[in-house]
This record gives sequence, structure tokens and C-alpha cells, in this order.
Amino acid sequence: MFNLHGKDVVSILDFNRELIEDVFNAAYIMEKYARGVGLNLLKGKIMATLFFEPSTRTRLSFESAMYRLGGSVIGFTSAEASSVAKGETLSDTIKTVENYCDCIVLRHPAEGAAKLAAELANVPVINAGSGAQEHPTQALLDIYTIKRELGRVDGLEIGIVGDLKYGRTVHSLVYALSLFNVNLSFVSPPGLRLRDEIEEDLRRKGIEFKYYEDIEKIIPNLDVIYVVRIQKERFPDPAEYLRVKGSYKITSSLISKAKSNCIILHPLPRVDEISLDVDSRPQAKYFIQTYYGLCMRMGLLSMILANKEDLKQLFYSSK
Amino acid sequence: MTNSSELKVKKIMNGTVIDHIPSGRALDILKMVKITGREGNVVLIAMNVESRKLGRKDIIKIENRYLLKDELNLIALIAPNATINIVKNYDVIEKVKVELPEKFEGILKCQNPSCITNYERESLSSKFLVEDKVKLTLRCFYCDRLMLISDILKQLT
Ligand SMILES: [Zn+2]
Repeated sequence: MFNLHGKDVVSILDFNRELIEDVFNAAYIMEKYARGVGLNLLKGKIMATLFFEPSTRTRLSFESAMYRLGGSVIGFTSAEASSVAKGETLSDTIKTVENYCDCIVLRHPAEGAAKLAAELANVPVINAGSGAQEHPTQALLDIYTIKRELGRVDGLEIGIVGDLKYGRTVHSLVYALSLFNVNLSFVSPPGLRLRDEIEEDLRRKGIEFKYYEDIEKIIPNLDVIYVVRIQKERFPDPAEYLRVKGSYKITSSLISKAKSNCIILHPLPRVDEISLDVDSRPQAKYFIQTYYGLCMRMGLLSMILANKEDLKQLFYSSK
Repeated sequence: MTNSSELKVKKIMNGTVIDHIPSGRALDILKMVKITGREGNVVLIAMNVESRKLGRKDIIKIENRYLLKDELNLIALIAPNATINIVKNYDVIEKVKVELPEKFEGILKCQNPSCITNYERESLSSKFLVEDKVKLTLRCFYCDRLMLISDILKQLT
């Protein structure tokens, strides 16, 4: 429970199975406090959210988590970040802001930005997305959702559908899932397959995975259907974006072929890769996923920032 | 200590001898350490000479030029068994083996245009960790992008 005390969360690669389970335990305890009452666990602590790139959901989720724990939030979003863009480097921003807060939550378009920030800052840095590289807290909440909805992670057939190349959530998710015994299927247009270094890592870890171009073929086998948006801004060529955009789409009729107890997840926001008529299906879990995300971030923040005695007391009283 | 293959190349008075280069790599090494021949120093190159250790090997002898630590690290990337002899007055006064370091800082450039090290304003030097000493693969410390030996050669030669 103290394994993350004062630590950075930069990459999912820094996590092992045990630490992930610790975070899940903390998240589960937080479910009781994530609606309504809240806690005073982080009273007096300040979290800075530095969002150099827009991401309303991730930012609101972190901020809500901090407020629910009794802490406070300062920060800026991409709009104000334009003043930072006047010439200040990320390095200088970090060295300044760390004096105003107890932890930094960073979203930045550059890959490696969170690693640099963690190297420089004396306070813990949480990576809330660094370019197309990683988004570790999203991966944690995705797997937490799977665990809560299906009761387990090991032994599941998991299909990840969409943009595997530019989707940062995919990279962290795949790494995190490699710590579990799952079967992975990737469904994407050939041009949007996983990056070489991630494939290489999976192979080295002995993780089996298969590629498919057509979701219909494998949908009856899947326990988890994880859908990712094709992000327009990740394409150097807009024509390529338009060409692949419609090449996979989850519709209600497609879900009729899926297991009745499978779950459909999405990191949100969706554009049109899941049609609206899927929302009323019992398998649609992408909105409850955001609730689990809040609980997970509350758990994570308290593991990093809470006074050890207070944390111990809370954990034991919740058992 | 001289052997027959070394005798094929004239001795130098002062400078550096790079021995045990995999055959066919001598010119890459010269490019890497930015020796063009226009510096005016004597440069002797022997390629595909017989070697007990390697079968065939290349040798470079450069007069009046000594290598820096960074340059030795680079040589290790394409000639991991190379030996460097420092010559003074026709005698080898120091013999060092090149050694692949655990990390490379500031020499190579990350190929990922979105990497934080390529954000001009950060003026941050690159950092690579050696991922695979046999295949010679590096990984950017910041963005995790892999750099293969072919990419490294492209950048340095
Ligand atoms: Zn990089």
C-alpha cells in the first residue's frame, strides 16, 4: 500500500502485477467515497494539472478525484498554456510549478515529456498522456473496469479495435495487459498496427497476439471489446485519415454476434466508432468506465500523497 | 608486438591504430569520427586483411590524431571487438579495447520528431540506453523509440 508513496507515475512499464493489484485495492476502497461524502485524506495537499494539450475528461477526472479526497487543485489547460508557449520551456515550467504544489499531473504533446518532468521535479509527477507514447492511468482504469465488471482479468479474450499505432491509450494498455494471462487480438487497418517497439516488447515477454482486419470474424470469441478512436490530429496526411476512418465501427447489429456477457470499453471521447444504438446494450460499459476511472485515480493519488498513518487506518477500517 | 597482417600497412610515428574492425567497416568508422582525409594527416587503411580472431578484418592508422571517449563509444557500436593502440615514436604506448557503454548521451539524435529531445526550445541533450548489445539496438530514454544499427549508421556516416 506504500509502494507508490512519493513516487512518479510516468510509464506503465514501471508497474508490476503486485503494484497494479495494490492500486486496484485502493480503487475499490475509494468506490465508497467517490460519490457524495468524500474524504479528508489529502486535506491541505495541492495538485497541479498542467495540460499543454486539451483533454477535458482526464483533467476533470483527476480534479474530481483530488477534491473528493479533500485536496485542492491548481493548473492550466491548453488555452492558458498558450501563454506558456510565449517562450517558456517545459523544464522551466516544471521547476516553477513544483514550488506551488505537492504533485504534478502533466499532459503534453511531446513523447518523453513526463519522463523529463519526473527527472526534474522534486514532487511526484503523474503522466496524463505524453504524445502518442503512453497514458498509464487510462490503462489502469481500463483494466480495473474489466476486473470489476467481469470479476477477473486472467484467462480473458481481449480484442483491441482501431488505431493501434497512434493511440496512446493502446500502448499503455497493451503493456499493462502483458502482466496478465490474456489472449490479445488486434483489429485494425494494416497501416495502423502496433509500433515495432511494442510488438517487439510483447514478443520478448512471450505474449501471444494476432492481427485481424475484420472484427466480425472474432467478435463471437471476445470477452472484452476495447474500441479506440482514430485521432485525426495524429495523421500527417488528412486524406489517409478519411480513408481509414470508417474501416471499423461497432454497431448494434454487430454486437448481436458477440457474447451476451462481453463488455465494450472505450477511452472516450468517441466520434462515430461506436454507434449510439449500442449505448442501450447491456454490454456497453464505457460510461461506467469513467466512474471506475475516478475511483482508480482517487486510489492512486492517495497512495502517492496521503500520510502513511492515515492511509493505513483507512485501508484497515475498510476491510 | 607485430604480426604479419599488420606489416602490410606501414607503421606510423605518432597517432592511433584501430585494429580488429569487422571487415568492410573501416570507411564507416572514419566517417563516424569525421576523418575525411582533408585534415592533412596520414591515414592508412587496410581492408579485408587476414585475422586470427575475425577471419578477415580492417585496420585504420591515423597519424597525429587521438580519439575522444565519445568517439570510442561510437566505434564500439559497429566494431565491438576493436582495439585502439596509441602510438608514440613508433611504439604502442597504450592499448585499449573499445567498450559499449550502458548509455549514449548527446551524440545521437532521436529519430522521433515528436520526442521531447527534438523540441528546440527545451535544448535538452538526447539520451539513449543500450537495449541489445548483440543486435546493437538503442532505445531513447525519453520517448522509448528504438534506434537500430542501420538508423545509427545512417545518422553517423
Ligand atoms: Zn526520443
